[in-house]
Amino acid sequence: MNFKRLWAMFTARNLEFLRDRAAFGWNFLFPFLVIVGFGMVFGGKSFQENKVGVFPCANPVIQPDQLNLPEGFRQAKYVDFIGFENLDQGLVRLQHHKIDMLIQQGDPPYRYWISDSSPRGYLMEKFLMASLISGQDALPAEKQVIQGREIRYIDWLFPGILGMNMMFSALWGVGYVVVRYRKNGVLRRLKATPLTAFEYLAAQMLSRIFLLMFTLIVVWFGCDMLFSFHVEGRYVNLLIVFFIGSLSLTSMGLILAARGTSEEFTSGVLNFISWPMMFLSEVWFSIEGAPHWIKAVSQAFPLTHLLTAVRMIMNDGAGLADIASHLIVLTAMTLTGLVASAFLFSWND
Amino acid sequence: MPTPLIEVKNLTKTYKNAIAVNGISFSIPAGICFGLLGPNGAGKTTTIEIIEGILQATSGEILYKGRPRDASFQEDVGIQLQHTALFSFLTVRETLATFQKLYRQSADLDNILALCNLGEIGHQYNDRISGGQRQRLLLALALINDPQLLFLDEPSTGMDPQARRNLWDIVHHIKSEGRTIVLTTHYMEEAEYLCDDIAIMDHGSIMDRGTLSDLLQRHCNENSGQPYCEPNLENVFLRLTGRQLRD
Repeated sequence: MNFKRLWAMFTARNLEFLRDRAAFGWNFLFPFLVIVGFGMVFGGKSFQENKVGVFPCANPVIQPDQLNLPEGFRQAKYVDFIGFENLDQGLVRLQHHKIDMLIQQGDPPYRYWISDSSPRGYLMEKFLMASLISGQDALPAEKQVIQGREIRYIDWLFPGILGMNMMFSALWGVGYVVVRYRKNGVLRRLKATPLTAFEYLAAQMLSRIFLLMFTLIVVWFGCDMLFSFHVEGRYVNLLIVFFIGSLSLTSMGLILAARGTSEEFTSGVLNFISWPMMFLSEVWFSIEGAPHWIKAVSQAFPLTHLLTAVRMIMNDGAGLADIASHLIVLTAMTLTGLVASAFLFSWND
Repeated sequence: MPTPLIEVKNLTKTYKNAIAVNGISFSIPAGICFGLLGPNGAGKTTTIEIIEGILQATSGEILYKGRPRDASFQEDVGIQLQHTALFSFLTVRETLATFQKLYRQSADLDNILALCNLGEIGHQYNDRISGGQRQRLLLALALINDPQLLFLDEPSTGMDPQARRNLWDIVHHIKSEGRTIVLTTHYMEEAEYLCDDIAIMDHGSIMDRGTLSDLLQRHCNENSGQPYCEPNLENVFLRLTGRQLRD
């Protein structure tokens, strides 16, 4: 391997990316905007709050204390009350699952509507029933509170957004770009030089990892200034996991880059891979409780191992030994991707 | 007799249902400008790209300095492809510097910029230059490793007459330095002006080969037994390849 040639390709790719202001800016702005957006809209809490529509109400934004509903119900935590002027307005929202329950305020008996197909509606109904039972008839129970630091939803979400940005950047920034180069003849021109396929692929990979890590650090500090993320474990371990994770995701992009000249087809394949990976790797929500086969499929994605390891470090204070299995899987995926892409790579169309 | 710089033996390239190059053989001595002419689809670019090492031959042999080509071949040759793109967001100078680093041996960057009249646009991005400037940049890239053998595949396509004449002057200068040039072109006057030795290809085969005067003598001579024609390369070309439309 000739490092002078590798460095030339590494530098050229970096310059291309850094000077493409739109792509460069968006790479930073996208994860930052998502985090800030979630932080502002949901105040760091889970967006999966229960929503109860109440009518008649003149204003959609209402104070629970002013509602003529059972006290235990209207004072409940994690329930958002949304006002509607009449029944029809509320029913439309209920039918479209925009609210979990619709209830008419006033004197008892209370009239309420739920959708039979809504699990949250069922829970809200049980909750309403419980709030109607008087204190004397209630069965005894003792509340136990989880000890320790509260993990906000945004703390849980933050690594997911960073990982998702890395995934898109690695797959599209390598897979799509190399296919475009093959189609427009850049690769043919490079083949006419002493540059080897391995040197070219290694330069693409290193360039993308450099940019991914740079983006990661800038976005991390930018978001941390706003939301003060708490990291139980060590930052250096986080950096190691993100580095190996970005290697793994980039090597996946290299496999896609190895062949093909159709940008449209490549775009379809990239979507086919990235969307299931985004949902099954727990970027936005946990798949705890999902069927066993879905969990099994999720283990095939590097993003799953990356996010699991990062969350273990951030939220549980895990060390490298605790996440060794994930690091081994990510390393194995990286090596497989590199070998496969070098084997499959074609300069020509 | 000195060993030819390039020797092509029984070269064949077939695709699924088509024969692009049909068992051709020829050799190119060092220090000349060898022109490969032919209508569209004749097999010129396929032939030249197989010699360059960009395409694989179906069968046949190619010798460079009397031996099969090895990894050092790419170090020795300069290549201007017919269809190619360059890195976006890199200036002309940066592009040349990038390619310069891909070779063990390289020419002086400023000399190349001056030779190809690119000095004034060295700071401009590749995709912000004119068609003629772009062709000169591609030529400069082919010269960046100071090659002794240069492949130019339709280097003046799309140029206006001024730019084409300028390119010819540059190629003429390169030729005067003793380098070997393999040139494909659709412009007969280009071949007449630059080439010492001309082969005319059609349907994957070489129809005839020789110096300009040899070709004129064989095909535009009153004694050739064919109807009279003005003695120029275009008439030789049309006599050998016919007048039917090619796309």
